[in-house]
Amino acid sequence: MIRTRRAAAAGPVRTRKRGRRSPLASVALVAVGLLLTGGAYTLFTASSGASAAIDLNSAQAISQGKKLFQANCATCHGLALQGTVAGPSLIGVGAAAVDFQVGTGRMPLAQDAPQAQDKPPVFDDTQTKELAAYVASVAPGPGLPSSKYLQLSGNATRGAELFRINCAMCHNVAGAGGALTEGKYAPNLNGVTPAHIYEAMLTGPQNMPVFNDANISPQDKADIITALKATQQNANVGGFDLGSLGPVAEGLFLWIFGLGAIVAFTVWLTAKAN
Amino acid sequence: MTTTSEPLAYDRTEPADARRSSGGLTGWASNYLDERTGISYVVREFGRKIFPDHWSFMLGEVALYSFVIILLSGTFLTFFFQASMAEVVYNGSYVPLKGLDMSAAMQSTLNISFEVRGGLLMRQVHHWAALLFVASIGLHMVRIFFTGAFRKPRELNWLIGFVLFVLAMGEGFTGYSLPDDLLSGNGLRIIAGMVEGIPFVGSWLEWFIFGGQFPGTSIVGRLYTLHILLLPAAVLALIGLHLVFVVVHKHTQFAGPGRTNDNVIGYPILPVYAAKAGGFFFIVFGVVMLMATFFAINPIWTYGPYDPSPVSAGTQPDWYIGFADGALRLVPHGWEFVLFNTTYSLNVLVPVVGLGAFLGAVAVYPFLESWVTGDKREHHVSDRPRNMPTRTGIGAAGLTVYAVLWAAAGSDLIATHFKFSIEGVITTLQFALVVGPFIAYFVAKRVCLALQKKDREVALHGFESGRIVRLPGGEYIEVHEQVDDFERWRLVSFNDYEPLMIRPNAAGRIPPQERVRAVLSRWFFEDRIEPVTRTDVELSSHH
Ligand code: HEC
Ligand code: HEC
Repeated sequence: MIRTRRAAAAGPVRTRKRGRRSPLASVALVAVGLLLTGGAYTLFTASSGASAAIDLNSAQAISQGKKLFQANCATCHGLALQGTVAGPSLIGVGAAAVDFQVGTGRMPLAQDAPQAQDKPPVFDDTQTKELAAYVASVAPGPGLPSSKYLQLSGNATRGAELFRINCAMCHNVAGAGGALTEGKYAPNLNGVTPAHIYEAMLTGPQNMPVFNDANISPQDKADIITALKATQQNANVGGFDLGSLGPVAEGLFLWIFGLGAIVAFTVWLTAKAN
Repeated sequence: MTTTSEPLAYDRTEPADARRSSGGLTGWASNYLDERTGISYVVREFGRKIFPDHWSFMLGEVALYSFVIILLSGTFLTFFFQASMAEVVYNGSYVPLKGLDMSAAMQSTLNISFEVRGGLLMRQVHHWAALLFVASIGLHMVRIFFTGAFRKPRELNWLIGFVLFVLAMGEGFTGYSLPDDLLSGNGLRIIAGMVEGIPFVGSWLEWFIFGGQFPGTSIVGRLYTLHILLLPAAVLALIGLHLVFVVVHKHTQFAGPGRTNDNVIGYPILPVYAAKAGGFFFIVFGVVMLMATFFAINPIWTYGPYDPSPVSAGTQPDWYIGFADGALRLVPHGWEFVLFNTTYSLNVLVPVVGLGAFLGAVAVYPFLESWVTGDKREHHVSDRPRNMPTRTGIGAAGLTVYAVLWAAAGSDLIATHFKFSIEGVITTLQFALVVGPFIAYFVAKRVCLALQKKDREVALHGFESGRIVRLPGGEYIEVHEQVDDFERWRLVSFNDYEPLMIRPNAAGRIPPQERVRAVLSRWFFEDRIEPVTRTDVELSSHH
């Protein structure tokens, strides 16, 4: 009886809905959605291509960058990049460091945490590059990576090996991240852009060591990036990867869901039929 | 308690030829078999065994079924796995590893995952079932412990079960190490380090086990022999023995009307219990299959082949070895000293000895308890945990130790995921390891005593019905409803113990061990709630 009443109540709602939306509407919606995402994607890729085209040596970019820097960064890093008690000197850190720190949202530094964390970036891509241009103009330092190393066309096998040897002890083999001392940590590398991975290696942010070009050549870096992206793509060959956290996650999952489900079954099987 | 019409008492005998005359091909076949093997005797004896029904009584079955799943999937894996550390170049279909040098073991595991049809599923079934195997044994042991089902005559079966638990961990660890990937290699490296830490013989022992310097070229082959031959044979034999003992001793049951120390009430194995159990096997199989289908486990392709130089952050053993890993992580700094050119690694020795002591205590607990309590009677009725507050407290303390060590194995993940500093997590866990068991003991014991008090209250005066009645004189009382006799039985039937009195022996002396025993016994039983006696009940039902 209850069921019929509920069905009756649902009836008009459904007809009203049907009345409002033509059958073609959903198709159109999907088409629009696809177009938008596709368009956004091309726009995005195009814009990052365009930003790479910003000339870091152009006087205009440098002066724009200078303004942005004085407004947003100088409180901590000083007007002449000389550094203050609140932030280190940026002389000679290069465009790569700025692009990494600002592009991943770490700078401007937000709160007093054990380490600067990535967060949604405050500046758009052009502004970031302008800031980089300004800092690089004051003193030379590691520059932005050439796009030929960011194409994911390196040797993944070699890259994975290099990653295991140089990075896995902090970032975990699957790039899932790991703990360091005093509340610091090596972050999860999933979803970090190729350029930022390259710049991280080149500049060694905070507790990460610097892997300069003598240490890990640009081609090696390209290999590592290729490998990281390849592992991330292949991460779920075996099903959901439970955060790539290894046996701890697997064990917890087994106890909570596996054994949990089975215990629920035993309770059900032995429940007395009333 | 059993209201279904099916359960039967334990001595149902059928005339032997009633079955024989039931005709047909099956009749002929069973007759043929019976006349040559006498199997009907076994079927009759075994089939008439009664199994009481309680969900926790099925945990051992879960272990049994996961072992069957492990055997089936493991057999499949042996068809393709090569237990060799010979170096080969990977040329399979997983691109990020193509062209890399690795051992044949790793290569064949990758091939099972990517080349063999159904191979990846079987690997995952095998691994998930292995995790489930050890987990269900653990939970089964916890049940046995807290209900006192290890008491006479079942002490030996507890010991067998304990050995099975250790063997299961051994099976798990050897299996985990076989693929020769980076993660398992790190695990072996830790074991090698622990072996090296043994004073005087450590280094020799390491060479003996690994056939040379770690990692050597023979360890995978050796582990394989253990993993597929020696350990499974031992596990199988002990499971057989374990089950024979279960049949001989009959199953324990919880107190209930008509359930005494001399009977077992429940379903006969044939047909009800067997049907239920058969169905349950498929449920367990189904759960394992679902996990294996949807959730990756041990993705060795992300870990890459073993190579002694890299070590990954977040390297952990499978959960059941976690407590050992955790113990190593909790050792404070600087527990290592050099004496006469020999390094003594207390940082390794203390955890190893400590864990040995912990496991040893688990193994001998039944004997200890019966010595302390002086209880040499047979017990077939399970204790409700609350009725043995001290034992329950001890169990809670033991579980706390285990849980803290286990958590320590994941200390780095706790730190990163809850944004703590790793030092803070470690210090907290060290503290918890020392203080936690005491807290757990006292809390559990107090809770048990409180529950017992409540039971006593309910048995004597019924429970509060929530109905408030105003008496003619203006007084308000709450009506108490009496529990029915079935429920009361459950509440009042348990053994009562009193602390042992020490008495001089024949020579008129009190030996020191008896003194110790008396102290322990007092500790065991001094806090107790008198069980309700018949007179109590009768008295209380008169007002
Ligand atoms: C609230 C203070 C603060 C503000 C604002 C701030 N920074 Fe920083 N910045 C820091 C501190 C502190 C560090 C050092 C981080 C560390 O190593 O833990 C740092 C580090 C850096 C580094 C890395 C230096 C190196 O050696 O690699 C760069 C580049 C940087 N900041 C750029 C910027 C830019 C560009 C801005 C403005 C958009 C900015 N920062 C705003 C405090 C600040
Ligand atoms: C000593 C430990 C350590 C090693 C080794 C190390 N890293 Fe890092 N890595 C860090 C830490 C710490 C950070 C976080 C820095 C920050 O937040 O500013 C980091 C950050 C990064 C980031 C930025 C992540 C993000 O979320 O934006 C990338 C990319 C990265 N590392 C890549 C690498 C690669 C590639 C290697 C090997 C070549 C490597 N790291 C080796 C510790 C390490």
